[in-house]
Amino acid sequence: MHVDWMVRKMANMKMTKIPMAEQDPLVRNKNFLEVALGYTLEEAIDEANRCIECKHQPCKKGCPVNIKIPEFIKEVKEGNIKTAYDIITEDNGLPAICGRVCPQESQCESVCVRGIKGEPVGIGRLERFVADWVMANEKQEPPHIEPNGKKVAIVGSGPASLSCASDLSRLGFEVVIFEALHELGGVLMYGIPEFRLPKDLVKREIDLVLDLGVHVEKNVVIGKSLDIDDLFDDGYDAVFIGSGAGLPKFLNIPGENLNGVYSSNEFLTRVNLMKAYDFPNNHTPVKMGDSAIIVGGGNVAMDAARTAQRLGAKEVHVVYRRGMEELPARKEEVHHAIEEGIIFDLLNNPLEIIGEDAKVTGMKVIQMELGEPDASGRRRPVEIPGSEKVIDADTVIIAIGQTPNPLLTDATPNLELNKWNCLQVNEETMETTVPNVYAGGDAVTGAATVILAMGAGKKAAKAIYNKLILEKK
Amino acid sequence: MYKILEKEILNDAVQKMVIEAPFVARKCEPGQFIILRVAENGERIPLTIMDYDREKKSVSIVYQVLGYTTQLLAEKEVGDTLLDFVGPLGKAAPIKNHKRVLGIGGGVGSAPLYPQLKKLASMGTEVDVILGGRDKDLVILKDEFNDICKNVYYATNDGSLGHQGFVTDVLKQLLDQGQEYDEVIAIGPLIMMKAVVDITKPLNIPTGVSLNPVMIDGTGMCGGCRVTVGGETKFACVDGPDFDGLLVDFDQAMDRQAHFVEEEKHACRLDGAKNG
Repeated sequence: MHVDWMVRKMANMKMTKIPMAEQDPLVRNKNFLEVALGYTLEEAIDEANRCIECKHQPCKKGCPVNIKIPEFIKEVKEGNIKTAYDIITEDNGLPAICGRVCPQESQCESVCVRGIKGEPVGIGRLERFVADWVMANEKQEPPHIEPNGKKVAIVGSGPASLSCASDLSRLGFEVVIFEALHELGGVLMYGIPEFRLPKDLVKREIDLVLDLGVHVEKNVVIGKSLDIDDLFDDGYDAVFIGSGAGLPKFLNIPGENLNGVYSSNEFLTRVNLMKAYDFPNNHTPVKMGDSAIIVGGGNVAMDAARTAQRLGAKEVHVVYRRGMEELPARKEEVHHAIEEGIIFDLLNNPLEIIGEDAKVTGMKVIQMELGEPDASGRRRPVEIPGSEKVIDADTVIIAIGQTPNPLLTDATPNLELNKWNCLQVNEETMETTVPNVYAGGDAVTGAATVILAMGAGKKAAKAIYNKLILEKK
Repeated sequence: MYKILEKEILNDAVQKMVIEAPFVARKCEPGQFIILRVAENGERIPLTIMDYDREKKSVSIVYQVLGYTTQLLAEKEVGDTLLDFVGPLGKAAPIKNHKRVLGIGGGVGSAPLYPQLKKLASMGTEVDVILGGRDKDLVILKDEFNDICKNVYYATNDGSLGHQGFVTDVLKQLLDQGQEYDEVIAIGPLIMMKAVVDITKPLNIPTGVSLNPVMIDGTGMCGGCRVTVGGETKFACVDGPDFDGLLVDFDQAMDRQAHFVEEEKHACRLDGAKNG
């Protein structure tokens, strides 16, 4: 489909991005439908025309997988959306997902020339538009692939694994993904909520990877059902570990095992993966109550807070020990949360979770003030003596981070870890301390972004190809 | 999909199934568990493995028809399939080379007890067992235990089999008689395991228990199965499910077990209305 009837040749010199339609905050905070509604074709072309096609193309270098951004935007300007899609997918197999959840403001868009005066080009919005448009309007035929005779096992099916599987498959490898859960997608399915990343869309983008001929074994836990050694015994030539950072951190304060205290993982998995928002049609429940406290200030904390509100909590507090400036969540997520009515109790540190009859009734916090910068460069919060108070709540959700799951590494003692319990790899090849075993994503970096995980998966795929195919020639 | 190879009705409330599950049967050990989902939209429920056959690539599970998901499971017949069946999860039970061990199985808890005692017996340990239930029909796997145990004692609430009363009455009697055991392994309702530990702890008899709390993934991801053991928070799914019973905070475990009871009833009632 060609859409030249709308093509506009003139650059659009507006200082701000073409706005993207969103659900009204007070409507959307009661439903699980997507918040941002995406561009129309006309809006996309208008926004694409804000790109001035500068010579040095900083956006490309700002992208962890170096998508050919100016090239794809040029095609959008011309209305060649499928061509734009093909350009993106040369470097990124999951554009509908990345267009939604990448932190563009600290990557490609942060270095856009248009951002020097005014807002940068809405690269993320355009990526999302292109992916959605092609999914809706084009049937995609999988490419013909010549098998190279080698077999690779992939552990986990999150973004790192999917991008590794996709690249390996295109290079002719027989690829089998082993997933512990009953759905593919890892954090894309269990972690990020429907209203930010619709699960149908995740499934469709994963299906495109499977269409390349990637096989899947769900319900297999590597480290339990099978070990790495078993995989080599079974004829795999290499293994890629993309098992993520799935282990929840807790505060280790009194009252944390009271009923009504969830890890953000448990809470979000119940709601996203198990669809507890649709209980009892889906059979997994979640208990919400009238008021919730979310501890933490990252994207997961924002997701949990906004989810709690959508489940009917009338009062949702985010408790974070530093200030607004220090919130690690994306600005856009914080902005959405504020619009939706989430209360931010910043500069408050949890001391104790309080309960009655084994159930949560509130949390005791102490007021903090910011002191001198610490090792991370952020100003260190210091307690203000005598400033304790209690915030009432029926539910407390701990969203202070995740670490890699030790299940696989416990079963594979020669896989060496760094001091953060992350897998140690050669940064050039992503190979671990066990030959032919590669790793990438949160299992290596600790909790990070989808696109960094995808970049690592791609790097590993290339290294596996170099070692098993090129060097053998 | 995971095929049901055999199904056996053990009593009104308890059934056994043999499921074809190659990836579970390949490496599972006594004490480990599986998580299953019967059908789309279903809950993930953990069940401890009762037996396994590596050659046939099959795993046996025993379940009590109690909540919504076990009702759905009970409706399945030989030849039907289960949507999801993942494992083996958790650590293998810490089976030590003892001279003499006493097993205590309460109701459906006798099922996960069986593979542990079977393994001990195969290692040459002398094994006795106390099996309990509300009435004689609810005492399960009698023949299986008879094959591997030296002495099998029974306790039923109504006295229809063995001692009238609790398994702990029999335990007390045995200990009062001067019977000596290197370890007691008790698996059953939390309240039973707690009562056993109340007896064995003052005598300092090592006591293993197996916990089966609410969980979702079974791989350490959700942390819903938190349990306090020796003052420390543990995840039953990856640190257990077997723990040193003398250190478990049973009161907290019972509180946590009750968290979703209302929702469980709600789902069951709705299904009753739908069928009814």
